[in-house]
Amino acid sequence: MENIKFDLKATSVREINKFLHHEIADGTAPKITIENPDGAHNIAAGLNVNCEVEIRGHVGYYAAGMNQHASVLVNGNAGTGVAENMMSGRVHVRGSASNSAGASAHGGLLIIDGDAGLRCGISLKGGDIVVGGSVGSFSAFMAQAGRIVICGNAGAALGDSLYEAVVYVKGHIKSLGADARVEDMTVDDHQALESLLNQAGTSYSTHRPSDFKRIASARSLYHWNADANQEY
Amino acid sequence: MCGIVGLLIKKEPLRVHLGEWMVPMLIGMTERGPDSAGLGIFSKSLPVGRRKISLYSGLTTAGADFNWTGMRHHADETLGISSTIQHCDNHAILTFVGNPEPVKHWIHEHYPAVHILSTGSSIDLFKDVGSPAAVVSRYRLGLLQGSHLVGHTRMATESAVTPDRAHPFTAGEDFCLVHNGSLSNPYGIRRMLESHGIHFDTDNDTEAACRFLEWRLREGDTLEEAIQKSFTELDGFFTFLIGTANQLALIRDPFACKPAVVAETDDYVAIASEFRSLAHLADIQNAHIFEPAPEEMYVWRI
Repeated sequence: MENIKFDLKATSVREINKFLHHEIADGTAPKITIENPDGAHNIAAGLNVNCEVEIRGHVGYYAAGMNQHASVLVNGNAGTGVAENMMSGRVHVRGSASNSAGASAHGGLLIIDGDAGLRCGISLKGGDIVVGGSVGSFSAFMAQAGRIVICGNAGAALGDSLYEAVVYVKGHIKSLGADARVEDMTVDDHQALESLLNQAGTSYSTHRPSDFKRIASARSLYHWNADANQEY
Repeated sequence: MCGIVGLLIKKEPLRVHLGEWMVPMLIGMTERGPDSAGLGIFSKSLPVGRRKISLYSGLTTAGADFNWTGMRHHADETLGISSTIQHCDNHAILTFVGNPEPVKHWIHEHYPAVHILSTGSSIDLFKDVGSPAAVVSRYRLGLLQGSHLVGHTRMATESAVTPDRAHPFTAGEDFCLVHNGSLSNPYGIRRMLESHGIHFDTDNDTEAACRFLEWRLREGDTLEEAIQKSFTELDGFFTFLIGTANQLALIRDPFACKPAVVAETDDYVAIASEFRSLAHLADIQNAHIFEPAPEEMYVWRI
């Protein structure tokens, strides 16, 4: 079972996911191709084994959600919640992604070559996200751990109520959210950024870490301040 | 939830396919809205002075057996008009020369259970409870021709599942709107509009948005100006698709809570809540596909 092909015109998402969940033996690391996704939801969600999945076309909601170990390539655009709650592995979207990409991901790497919609990396819990284009408003909202690299611009309220996740932005930031601030890039930031761009693929090698800004939490929301009058 | 679709065919010879191309789009949104479905479709304007009114008989005791011809004769005799009527199941289109207001008033008075769906010289409106597939086949929506349309599949959250609360909503002439989302200040908008003498047919939140926009247009705003005002006046979640005699407009709330995808080719502009309703369209592989930005206005003209 080296190369396995599915066609969503002939086989349902449920059947394909059932195969991906139960029929792949550990250590075999097969390559699976899925044709004609046509925006269906939940394609390749809940994988928990080392394998390579290539989806040829646009996917709907929650593609590769909860991913563990697998490497999923979407040759098209992704709907809401791609790689949401990913635990490990790699999810690569060649096109653009809709809202809440990589939401609450605990681990793994999500790469979006195009733009990401609003709330990219919301509540991120340790995963890494690299976006080749721009991200929409409220990205990295309440992100707790992990890194988000934005090679384009960021929308309004970036990093609102950030915890310990770090955001790197190359382009323009429309506005920062409450408690998010621009900080100086350290040597560690340069190394982390270089490593993430390398992992994202050769097309990211044109970006230089020195062109990015570091956004992190000012931590003033960590403790309740009755005198702040809701202004942070 | 709810699903919305919009389709504008750019090339005149292809406009015979409007209904046919729309059907899989609307049925594709069944999971988002299984309880009711509807469509506002715009075709070539009637000759000057003529008007048409889309009517619904599903709330009368006779239902689909409603005596439309009898109603037409009655209207002709008492109003001194010479009307024609074309009907299918619960739906009929009454066409006549003259001011539509006295005709609508007369229908309200003499046939209060007949629901007026739309008025204008280029709009026809269909809506009913039931699955999108059932509504499509009941009214043979696949056979419709025209330049552009907006469609809706409903999963009711803000008001009851009844035919008159299904979308699209209309106000004035040749204007309709479909909505995915929920408004949080519809009653404030209603009270404000009611003070201007505007009447509401239902308790549905979308009707408030529809009547607000049409009121602004009647007050002299362009569609763009009216939409701009709606961003400050309307609070809540929305993706709206708006149809006028020659325009199709799309807006999303500032938080982009409700989805939308646009696919554009040389032949058409197609909009749906999700890509799965666009995947079947001809030449979709080469379409320019994008997600409309929140609080931006997208207006296409025929």
